[in-house]
This record gives sequence, structure tokens and C-alpha cells, in this order.
Amino acid sequence: MSASAPLAALAPGFRTFLWIVAALVAVAVVLQVLTRVGSPGSRHRAATAGRYLLLVTLAVVVVFPLYITVVNSLLRPAQIAARPPTLFPTQPQWSTYSKAWTQAHLDRYLMNSFIVTAVIVAGELATSIAAGYAFAFLEFPLKRTMFVVFLATMMVPLEVTFFTNLQTVVSLGWYNTYLALTVPFLASGFGAFLLRQAFLGLPRDLRDAAALDGLGHWSFMTRVAVPLARPSIAALGLFSFFAAYGQYLWPLIVTKDERLRTVQIGLKYLSSNQINDINLTFAAAVLAALPLFALLLVFQKQLVRGLTAGAVKG
Amino acid sequence: MASCHGRAVGPGPREEGEAKMAELRGSEPVPVAPAPVAPAPAAPEPVPVGPARRRHRRREALLGWGLILPSALVFGMFVFYPFARNLYLGLYKTPPFPGLPKRYVGVTQYGQVLTSHDFVNSLRVTVLFMLYTVPTGLILGLLLAVLAHQKLAGIRIFRTLFSSPVATSVAVASVIFFTLLNPQVGLFTYWLGRQNQPSVLDDPATALIAVSVVTVWQNLGLSFILMSAGLQAVPDDLLEAAEVDGAGTWARFRHVILPMLSPTIFFAVVVGSILSLQAFGQIDLLTQGGPLKRTNVLVYSIYDLVFRQNNEGRAAVVAVALFAITLVLTLVQLTLLERRVTYER
Repeated sequence: MSASAPLAALAPGFRTFLWIVAALVAVAVVLQVLTRVGSPGSRHRAATAGRYLLLVTLAVVVVFPLYITVVNSLLRPAQIAARPPTLFPTQPQWSTYSKAWTQAHLDRYLMNSFIVTAVIVAGELATSIAAGYAFAFLEFPLKRTMFVVFLATMMVPLEVTFFTNLQTVVSLGWYNTYLALTVPFLASGFGAFLLRQAFLGLPRDLRDAAALDGLGHWSFMTRVAVPLARPSIAALGLFSFFAAYGQYLWPLIVTKDERLRTVQIGLKYLSSNQINDINLTFAAAVLAALPLFALLLVFQKQLVRGLTAGAVKG
Repeated sequence: MASCHGRAVGPGPREEGEAKMAELRGSEPVPVAPAPVAPAPAAPEPVPVGPARRRHRRREALLGWGLILPSALVFGMFVFYPFARNLYLGLYKTPPFPGLPKRYVGVTQYGQVLTSHDFVNSLRVTVLFMLYTVPTGLILGLLLAVLAHQKLAGIRIFRTLFSSPVATSVAVASVIFFTLLNPQVGLFTYWLGRQNQPSVLDDPATALIAVSVVTVWQNLGLSFILMSAGLQAVPDDLLEAAEVDGAGTWARFRHVILPMLSPTIFFAVVVGSILSLQAFGQIDLLTQGGPLKRTNVLVYSIYDLVFRQNNEGRAAVVAVALFAITLVLTLVQLTLLERRVTYER
């Protein structure tokens, strides 16, 4: 079984890497043990050093695939193939990025991804706010039934219905259009549920007070409820951005035209041309990951909120 | 489950709401546009009587339906109709050559497909994939979250680094690993000492493990974020009290943190299992279901049946089975685990 290849079979470089990781973890453990002896001051310092060591080691392991992707995107194909491997670009080839942008059509792919994602996020927010508001503040016939129906949509993922949906899209004449890429995602049972909860979390007599002041439902929704539910709306928006931008199965089957390719599908075609353009593939992966990185850095707090609430949708 | 959502909403908007309400009540000349419905400021809207009330209720019902209608239309067209069509297509045998009429065979096709060797294989692969990815991802995410939960200078940097895989989509993660595992020039191929052998992705013994490693890494950011949010909810005074009582690091983790985290862990297990059932992108990009169908998970097998074997009848049956497994899994996990979970409220 090659799955349990003994350490000796591994290349020297990887063995060194494993040894370094093991040594770092060992030192961290020793430092932790040392915290039980010695003066309080030295104990404290040893404990802190041990913690940092462990954190740095794990951060290196987690981030390594991303790091090496950036490094390889800046190397020439021959340098990527060279052994021992280059782990730091001494002469970064920035031109690979302009090549990926123009020749490999990343400009087009990213633009498509942004158009599709923007339409989906805006549409999903609008329909979820509307439905969430109706379920929270209005009385209408079959309200409870419809609420259960909305929740039930979460039980039927696209992975179950993708090919029958493809047939629908084809019969509507939407195959290979932006409509096919966006319309099926313009509503979300999860979104309606999340915003209903957010609206129900507002003080109960808020609506009565607003009604006394002569505010109709429309003004109450747009001027009171929506601004107050902003954190949940932001969380839903970010979650749906991540989900829409990262979609793979659906864009793969409803488009055939290169002009309509989203960046995720573009990556698939780029990665099949490995040897000559391997640096280009890495650069494309970096470019495709950048938008979500930017969002992660800027909106970390809201994102945590969106993902913890939103992961249920999958 | 509900409690998780409840926590996500939090007390924030409520407090802000009180302020907004005071603002509404207090200052008279708030520039409020006259609502289109209110007839006169003297007669307050919420207490109409007789026919006026009936009209008011009808208007509210209309507005309610108007607001849910856009979502309902999308669901009808892209969730419920295709689902029903799946059930229906499963009753018809797809002809061997396109153009011939499809033949009604009823539920026998369900029986045939669900006992077929291919389906059982896909089911086995999917369950293995779930077992490889869900517990590993959970434990690693928990480990990182516990380590990043310390009060240390610069800990925010580590939190960002640990969550960074969340920014990689399935395609980005898969393409990165696919390229690093390239049999000729891949760095990981070199480190694994497999230059003159088939890639780990082409070896029946290792393909599923390799796909699982990529999946665990890609989901590690999400797992870390989930666990961190759960840890944040553990009250500090509880941990301090345990420390005062002489509980060591392990005892505090085992008897305070772990029980308090159980709703989060439960949530992560449900979400992780459902996500692993739906895996497709990494299979398509890394192995295309091979070698020897060792990575032919359920979703990939549906895709393969539709687009390579042109057998939508069989595909429909597998899709219905996938739905049933998702449903059963969710319900079983909910009922079995909910009793053992310590909820905060």
C-alpha cells in the first residue's frame, strides 16, 4: 500500500520538511513542560514562546499551499520543474500575470464571475428581505404552510436537481446565457429564514409604534426594519457572495461558450494545459482567489457571522 | 439548530431597535412621509372597524403574498418542478439509442439501480469520503480554534491565516493541488517521492485519500471559523472558575469547553456531512471519478450517467436516492444528537 509509504520512500526535501515540523512541535511541547518548573517570570516567557512556536508551525502548514501557489506563479515553467524546488522567487516574473489577464482571458472570466455574482447577491437579498418581512410582520392565508415550503427548499440541493434544471433551462431557450447562470439562484429559502429571524428579533411594539406614526408597511420595511436588520443582511450578502462566486457544477453544465465562462470554469480549462503554461495556471488560481481574500480581510467579522449562520445551506 | 440561528441574530439589533423606537415616539416632527394607506392622522391605522378592518386584512394578505411570490416562483421552477420531474423520469427507461421513445417501467428501475454494483460502489465511496473528511476537518478546525483562542499579541494575524483557506473555492483549491501533484513537475509529487510512478490521483489505493486531503484543506477555514465562533461563546468566568477549582488545561478542555461547544460540533457534523454528500468540483477537477471508479461519489455518478452514458432514467433514480440520504441523514442526526447536546438556553 503506497498510502502508508514509509518515511524512507519520501523525497529528501519532504523528509526535511517533516523533520522541521516535528522538531518545532517537540520544542513547543518541551517549552510547555518547562512552564511547570523555574521562576514565574521564566515560566511565563517559556509558555508564551511555546505557544507562538506552535501557532507559527501550524500557520506554515495551513498556508503553505497558498504560498507555493504565489511563488510558482512568479517563476518560469523551467524553474518550477527544477529540483531541488525553488521556494522563493529571486527574479519574480510579473509578466505572467499580464499574460494570464489577457492571453488566458482571466479579464473576461473574472468579469463574468462578477456580473453573475452581483446579480445573484442583489436578487437573493431583495427576495429574502421581502419574504422574510412577510413571514415576520404580515398575516396572510397559508402563511405557515408557505413557510414550511420555503424551509423544505433547503432539503433539495442543486446537486439533486441539476440535470432536470438543465432541461428546463434548455427548453426555455436560456442555455448558454446569463439568465441560466443567475435566475435559479435569485431566491433562497435559507435567506428568507435568516431574515425572518432577524426581523422577529426586533422589538415587538416597534411596528405598532410606527403604525401609530402613520408608517405603512413599505416605509416601515425600508426605513426601520431593513436598517435595523443590517448585520444579518450583510452576513447573508457575504455568504451568498462566497457561494455564488465559488459555484462550479451549474456554470459548468449550462454554458459552452468561452465568452460566458466564469473564473471557476476558466480554471478547469487552464489546468488541463499543464506543462507549458504551469505558471499561468498558478497565476490564474491566485487571481481567482483574490476577490474572496479581499472580502475576508475587510469583512472578517461579518463573514464569520454569515458563515456560522449560513453554513447550514451548504 | 434553531438555537444556532438564534445566536447568529444576537441582541444587537434589538437594542438598536429600542433607540429607533424612542426616536419614532419622541420627536414629533420626524420627517415621515404620509403613508399611502393612512386616511387621516386623526384616525390611527391599526384599529379600524367593520368593513374597514376586512379591507385592511385583505390588503395585508395581498401584500404578504406579493412579497413571497418572487421567491415562490423561483422555488417552483427550479426546486419543486425539477424534483418532481426527477421522480417521474426515474419511472422511465432511457432507450439505448437517442430518438427512440422511452419506456415506462415503473418502480422496477428504482429497484434495479439501487441494487446495481455501480450504485453500491458510489454509495460506498461517498460514505468513505464522508468518514475521511468530516471528523478530520472537525478535529483540525477545533485544534486551530483552541490555539487561536489565546490572548497573545498578534493573535489576529494567526486567525486570519487559519481562516485563509475559506477564500479558496473548490476549483481554486483543486487546481492548486492538481498542479502540485502533476506527475512530472509537481512539487508534492517530488516530496512524496513518486516521480516515476502514477500520480497519487491515478493510484486506486490513494486517489480517494488525496481528494479527501484537498477537501479537508479547502474546508479548514470554514471549520476553523465555525469552531472559533463556538469558543467565543464559552464564558470566560466559567473557565476561570474551573481554573480556580484546580482544573488543568486538559480538564478544562474536556469538562468545560467541550460540553459548551457541543452545539457547534453538532452543527459542524451536520453541515460537514451534507457538504461531503454534495462533493462534485474536486472530483471533476482531480480524478473524474476514477481510477477504477474509486472516487465516483454519488453526485459525480449522476453527472457521469447524464453526460457520458446518456441515461437520464438511471441518473434520476440516483438523484432521488441522494435526496433521500440527505434527508434521512439530517433527520437522524437531528433526533439522535439533539438529546445529548447541551444548549446554552
